[in-house]
Amino acid sequence: MSLRSYVIARIMLTIPMIMLLLTFVFLLVRVLPGDPASLHFEKQVDPRMLLEFKRQLGLDKPIEIQYIDYLVGLLRGDFGKSMQDFSPVSQQIFSAFPATLELAICSTIIMILVGVVLGVQSSRSYDSVQDHSIRVFGIASYAIPVFFLGEVMIMIFAIYLHWLPAGDRIHAGMAPTGLTLGGLHWSTGLYTIDSILEGNTSKFIMSLRYLLLPSLTLGTVLCGIFIRLTRGNMLETLQLDFVTAARARGLKERTVVYGYALRNAFLPILTMMGLQFAALLAGAVLTETTFSWPGLGRYLVDRISFRDYTAIQGVVVFFGILVAMVSLAVDIIYAYLDPRIRF
Amino acid sequence: MSNERPQGRILVKLFPSLIGLARRGLAGWAVLIGGVIVAVVAIMTVVSPWISPYNPIAINVGPILSPPSSEFPLGTNHLGQDMLSRVYSGGSIMFQVALLSVIVCLAVGVPIGLFASYAGGYTDKVASLVMDSIYAFPGLVLAIAIAAMLGPGVVNMALSIAVVYVPSYFRIIRSQVLTIKELPYVEAAHMMGARARTTLFNYILPNVIPSIVAVATINFADAILTAAGLTFVGLGLPVSTPDWGWDLTYGRRLLPSGAWWVIAFPGLSVVLLALGFTLMGEGLSELFNPRLQR
Repeated sequence: MSLRSYVIARIMLTIPMIMLLLTFVFLLVRVLPGDPASLHFEKQVDPRMLLEFKRQLGLDKPIEIQYIDYLVGLLRGDFGKSMQDFSPVSQQIFSAFPATLELAICSTIIMILVGVVLGVQSSRSYDSVQDHSIRVFGIASYAIPVFFLGEVMIMIFAIYLHWLPAGDRIHAGMAPTGLTLGGLHWSTGLYTIDSILEGNTSKFIMSLRYLLLPSLTLGTVLCGIFIRLTRGNMLETLQLDFVTAARARGLKERTVVYGYALRNAFLPILTMMGLQFAALLAGAVLTETTFSWPGLGRYLVDRISFRDYTAIQGVVVFFGILVAMVSLAVDIIYAYLDPRIRF
Repeated sequence: MSNERPQGRILVKLFPSLIGLARRGLAGWAVLIGGVIVAVVAIMTVVSPWISPYNPIAINVGPILSPPSSEFPLGTNHLGQDMLSRVYSGGSIMFQVALLSVIVCLAVGVPIGLFASYAGGYTDKVASLVMDSIYAFPGLVLAIAIAAMLGPGVVNMALSIAVVYVPSYFRIIRSQVLTIKELPYVEAAHMMGARARTTLFNYILPNVIPSIVAVATINFADAILTAAGLTFVGLGLPVSTPDWGWDLTYGRRLLPSGAWWVIAFPGLSVVLLALGFTLMGEGLSELFNPRLQR
């Protein structure tokens, strides 16, 4: 199979997955006991007001029409209206998404760094105390609720040591503006990048300080699987002839391990990153709530307390499409890098 | 003769197998330690009404936010509730939710996995597509969506968690059945005229059970963490039930006061319980499938 036909086949597989997901979420909101509109108002309301409320949201139409409206809307990037103030959910999603993206990227970096370094250390000291403690750490990290770790981090580094801020993204009113060239204005919504574009070092450092605790929390909770993966891979690779050959040529051990052997673990790590992306987003929901990080996850949790079911539906659908796209991208990159997968 | 002392016989059978576990290396130890942790937490939760010094939901039994002291060994929270009593009894909801969701997963995931993968063809493809779609989704987000629609309650929490984890069972069963159904002994059963049902339940299922047990054990840990997560985002049970998840949720607001004991002890309890199940599950799957892991 050529790369192009693999990509096409893979996309064809993603479409029914997304459709299933969209249908499931649609039905979840509409078919479960009680309609979302009456659930939204905990107590009885005037039936006429309820009808008007439903009409505003399009919930009064027959279900098949609602379904078509919903799908057509999604194609146009419309994630529905909020039950709170009938504002478009997509606007909220797109303004909160950069915060989540920034957290996700930074957590991924920490997750991979910690996972790979500990995994390599563990494999190099096979069956020693260090190896066993790293493995136990890997399993334990899996068993920690991410918000508990976050609370502990806040308690230690923010409340007792005063080293880092306890929550939010940046000091109030200090949000970086991004790049301004004459009348042109461009910003990414990622505060670290925007502050560089603005050329403001103090804002850059500040945004990093705010970013550090949440990313460290999320990265630590998710690094366990990478420890195991790297360790297993390295244990095998370190026995191979080319490693022995590299050592025999007198290369430094560090070069042999990180420059030669670790390359073999690259593809499995990439695959695992794709698989872990869903877990990363799920963890982000809790991390954002813990650190008052104004991203998508916190928006979702906010909407729960307002019983804003249409907004919840929008965010869940957005998460689903995002995960499907990322796993598609990872699979395509994988197929490009490793032609064996295509056959 | 066999009716005389059944408990005694079970103990005699169980005891050597426990010793045997420890002999099987690290994986055996993991199962043993995990099992002991889970058993201790379970017993603590069950006997909590008798060992708790105070009613875990009674407020103002002591001063507000008192640090650990001789009278309140784990301190008190912002409502003046005794944290020790709350730690003793706070696992009850998690156990119930986790147990119920694992039962639902078993009842749904195992039959679907067996039938779909044994039937093969179109059935298998459709079932796999559905299961893979759920599997790919961020579990907690899906559970949040379902729990938000169903409303609070132990059964509803368990159901929303079960939906998320059914695919794990399906996948492991499918991968095993696909291998097993090609083995000569299954073919032999076919040749001898065994019905599909007989082949599936009498010949294939017994070989899949070890993997199911391993998945279910790890699933317990996942269910506990997801239940805690649901509570944390406000989809848990009302305040009137002592729950570690609730303590962690409200503890977040108390962080600025420096009251570490309000989150530390319930949090460590969740970690301990999840760790117990994880150790057990990891150990079991290594014992059952030694080739898969190193």
